[in-house]
Amino acid sequence: MKRNRVKLVLAWGLVGIPLVWGVVETLVNAIKAFQ
Amino acid sequence: MIALQQSAVATPASTWFSFLNRERTVARPGYTRWLIPPAALCIHLCIGQAYAFSVFNLPMTKLIGVTQATPADWSLTDLGWVFSLAIFFLGFSAALSGRWVEEGGPRRAMFTAALCWSGGFFLSAIGVYFHSLWLIYIGYGVLGGFGLGMGYISPVSTLIKWFPDRPGMATGMAIMGFGGGAFIASPLSVWLMSQLSTPTHIGVAEAFVVLGLTYLCFMMVGAVIVRVPPPGWVPAGYVAPTTSQPLVSTHDVFVYDALKTPQFWLIWCVLCLNVTAGIGVLGQASAMSQEMFPGKITAVAASGLVGLFSLFNMAGRFFWSSASDYIGRKTTYFVFFSLGATLYAVVPLADKIGSVALFVLCYALIFSMYGGGFATIPAYLRDMFGTRYVGAIHGMLLTAWSMAGIFGPVLVNYIREYNIAHGIAPAQAYNVTMYIMASLLVVGLICNAFVRPVSARFYMAPATDAVRASAAVGGRR
Repeated sequence: MKRNRVKLVLAWGLVGIPLVWGVVETLVNAIKAFQ
Repeated sequence: MIALQQSAVATPASTWFSFLNRERTVARPGYTRWLIPPAALCIHLCIGQAYAFSVFNLPMTKLIGVTQATPADWSLTDLGWVFSLAIFFLGFSAALSGRWVEEGGPRRAMFTAALCWSGGFFLSAIGVYFHSLWLIYIGYGVLGGFGLGMGYISPVSTLIKWFPDRPGMATGMAIMGFGGGAFIASPLSVWLMSQLSTPTHIGVAEAFVVLGLTYLCFMMVGAVIVRVPPPGWVPAGYVAPTTSQPLVSTHDVFVYDALKTPQFWLIWCVLCLNVTAGIGVLGQASAMSQEMFPGKITAVAASGLVGLFSLFNMAGRFFWSSASDYIGRKTTYFVFFSLGATLYAVVPLADKIGSVALFVLCYALIFSMYGGGFATIPAYLRDMFGTRYVGAIHGMLLTAWSMAGIFGPVLVNYIREYNIAHGIAPAQAYNVTMYIMASLLVVGLICNAFVRPVSARFYMAPATDAVRASAAVGGRR
């Protein structure tokens, strides 16, 4: 069960972190553009 | 003797590649199904780079001149074909390899997609190095396009099998990744080029190599962690319906039999029309917003708007496909077409009253439904044709995307140029386009209304299933 949790955190982190980074970059650029 | 030699040669390779077989990907007890969405996202986030390929276009027009384009450099028109070829081969390969992907299992498909996709980048890097555009067409366009098609459909049926209770949400999550891939690739590519360029050299080839390696590793992680559920597996607490609901079949339809049903072609039209209406204006969103609101929306603000619309496109993929699990697929497309047509008809009004807020609201919703249309289709196909060949049928259906990718932009550009040539001001030139897009969506609404349950004569019988499966295996040998 604990091993599964570690795997889940690693797997979701691997895809989630770059995705969130990309979304934040886009949002920041969009806000900059409006300013 | 010959047989023995062949056996000796074939054994190590076949043993190594057996890791890719469907039988080797069956989940053991205790495996959690929530590892499947990240496996699918590993693929879709990588192949979603295709939407960000345009960041390379301008640097590639100055590979020889470096600071400015020279006559020996490639033109933007020549480079535009790279993306078009990739999207064409996405549909082509998805249709061609759908059955192979379905029967061979997700790991083999993901592995092959990773090799094709990264191989496309490596070949393109060689093309940039030797300044050969044909190598880029073959690399990114053809080989990469095959990777796109196989990668796009590879996790779909696996997700549907792991999430019989929430098929829309599961496939929506993966297809959202395809939309989100560009958000990562775009800033990453710009950063890589800035780091790998020198005053006398633009680092496009090097950026392609780094991206190819990164995508290869990422996609291989997806291929390693993906699993198929054991036969008869259902999530805890889930009771599979024993009888078919009106628009949710419990029977499977063979991939080629699905092509004989009116339902397949009606859903093909549904996807094609939804994508045509969206893709045409997606490419023109920046220019359109500036021309409709001169002085109010600047070029910089327009680029920010495009980013914002892309976010709605991505979020819509998850939101609408998840919502379809509760309201049904047919109702979801009814909302897309009826609300979409209304919003397209309202855009000229926003222009007339000069309301930027109304314009942005309309487009944000339109793009969320454009993305939602892509993401809800696999679950719609599963409802109609069952889970057995849903990946292969989805592959066939993606030809609608290829078709829409050609028609949508051509339609929007042609109508705009025709209007301007006939003396209509640029600000009003898009109004006719909006009404035509609304009409396309009304046609889609009618197609969707005609979707009925598949006739029982197309259902696979268990015996037929076994015979066809063995024939498929025999055919591959």
